[in-house]
Amino acid sequence: MAVTLDQTIAHKQHTWLSRLLNAQTFWVLLAVILACIYLSFATDSFATTKNLYNITRNVTFVAIIALGMTLVIITGGIDLSVGSVLCLCSMVLGVTMHAGYSIEVGIAAAIATALIVGAFNGVLIAYLGFPPFVVTLGMLSIARSLAMVASGNTVVFEFGPDHDKLLSLGGGAWLFGIANPVLYMIILALLTGFVLRWTKFGRHVYAIGGNEHAATLTGVPVKPIKVAVYMISALSAGIAGIIQTGWLGAITTNIGAGLELQVIAAAVIGGANLAGGVGTAFGALVGAALIEIIRNSLGLLGINAFWQGTFIGGAIVLAVMFDRIRNFRQSE
Amino acid sequence: MAVLELTNISKHFGAIHAVSDVSFAIEPGEVVGLMGDNGAGKSTLVKMIAGNYRPSEGSMKMDGAELVLHKPVDARRHGIEIVHQDLALCDNLTAAANVFLGRELRKGVWPLAVLDYATMYRRSGEIFKELKSETRPRDLVKQMSGGQRQAVAIARTMLSEAKIVLMDEPTAAISVRQVAEVLNLIRELRSKGIAVVLISHRMPDVFTVADRVIVMRRGRKVADKQIARSSPEEVTGLITGAIEQVA
Ligand SMILES: Nc1ncnc2c1ncn2[C@@H]1O[C@H](COP(=O)(O)OP(=O)(O)O)[C@@H](O)[C@H]1O
Ligand SMILES: [Mg+2]
Repeated sequence: MAVTLDQTIAHKQHTWLSRLLNAQTFWVLLAVILACIYLSFATDSFATTKNLYNITRNVTFVAIIALGMTLVIITGGIDLSVGSVLCLCSMVLGVTMHAGYSIEVGIAAAIATALIVGAFNGVLIAYLGFPPFVVTLGMLSIARSLAMVASGNTVVFEFGPDHDKLLSLGGGAWLFGIANPVLYMIILALLTGFVLRWTKFGRHVYAIGGNEHAATLTGVPVKPIKVAVYMISALSAGIAGIIQTGWLGAITTNIGAGLELQVIAAAVIGGANLAGGVGTAFGALVGAALIEIIRNSLGLLGINAFWQGTFIGGAIVLAVMFDRIRNFRQSE
Repeated sequence: MAVLELTNISKHFGAIHAVSDVSFAIEPGEVVGLMGDNGAGKSTLVKMIAGNYRPSEGSMKMDGAELVLHKPVDARRHGIEIVHQDLALCDNLTAAANVFLGRELRKGVWPLAVLDYATMYRRSGEIFKELKSETRPRDLVKQMSGGQRQAVAIARTMLSEAKIVLMDEPTAAISVRQVAEVLNLIRELRSKGIAVVLISHRMPDVFTVADRVIVMRRGRKVADKQIARSSPEEVTGLITGAIEQVA
């Protein structure tokens, strides 16, 4: 029987299974699950309530920022300033509350700081054509220095009248014994996933990463969207900073140092492509989870912590290698 | 009355005079071939009509009313559609996503208006069928042939009832059979009273389908004639500069 034009057009080339097997996120998720199963049997201390609680909570700080970073990476950009922005926002929160203001004022000040920093990055990149790498590298330095200025480079650990509220916000477990940061992470991931898949904004983020010139020609508001994306990235760092402050109960001016590399690693392991156009919210979580599992398991297995970098680096290369192999197969 | 009228339009990019002092008018249902060597200013001219660039000087009128375009969306709202020379496609998106790029359909009410995937897939499928192109709405553009990519770019112009369709080298990268499809499509647009500006390097395309030919050289309009009163030889001479200008 001849295949009609109708049938060809209606034909779906990819089944959900082939799509699943083609996704880098799927293979990384599989690695996470297998590692968890292995560790449950190989060690007594992995599958304990306490350890799982720790792992899930530790994942969240990297994961939340990786959600924002994923948006930036999808547009083909990069944000190196997130670790410093986390520190600055924590400090603004801490100093504000220490001065006697309520937690609401403190959080509002921290979030405003994040949005201003993000807007600054975004405007330089989108409207003045600066390379994202350079702008955010500058901000990495500026934001941490401002955090030192704000605090006089001291440790802040007294948060005024709402001290206890802040600590329970970050350190509590309000629902079914799940650590609060994990709840925030899940909510933010669902929100990010929704925005990427179901909104015009999300569609345009992918379009910019795929072909910025084409997006401009077809009338996508490229510049405002880029600014928004860097604001979201800074905001995610700010939110992580607020939560982390509540969890740690103290802020030093070196929190979040080097965090940007872990966050970028998480996004890339989770399938975000640094060339732009590809990435998912779920991938960011899975990537962050793999990194945390590696860190956690090395300790439990009694492997020297110096090896951590080697394993995380190996995971980055391995995850991207899957992607390369798939591309080779397709281009043949 | 002319559907579109350009008066003394110029465009400078710094010191480069891409388009200088060009005027012409197009009637509804008229097919105008726009020809000229590389760098003659053809793409720049149609980009001004499509709202991608603002003219440095001069004015445009649509149906007799002043036409000022700040962005591509404005042009589309006035019924002006364009197929860009480089097609302006995002490889990482599906065919349907590219067709609807910049004017995605949504369902539901704000703030819960979500992308209407089903309708966008269905509409794109219908348009590809109309174009007789074997293009699947759900496929990524990355995996597509030259002809399919062209179909995706052309499909954009068919989303709404246009008054003017601008085609910047729509037949440059496709097979002979597909060229015939595109020329048929242009005839169909004309029969519906839609004006078409066809930029092409292929003399046969212009002489089979166009009613009129405009030739540009180094940013200036050097000829504007009915096809019946011109010839490929004359047009070639005008493009190269062997013939300076004709009335
Ligand atoms: N965005 C731009 N910036 C600077 N110069 C441009 C730009 N677009 C086109 N030009 C210049 O304008 C002239 C006309 O180009 P174009 O309109 O693309 O010609 P054509 O489409 O006829 O080949 C060329 O010299 C080109 O280099
Ligand atoms: Mg051109």
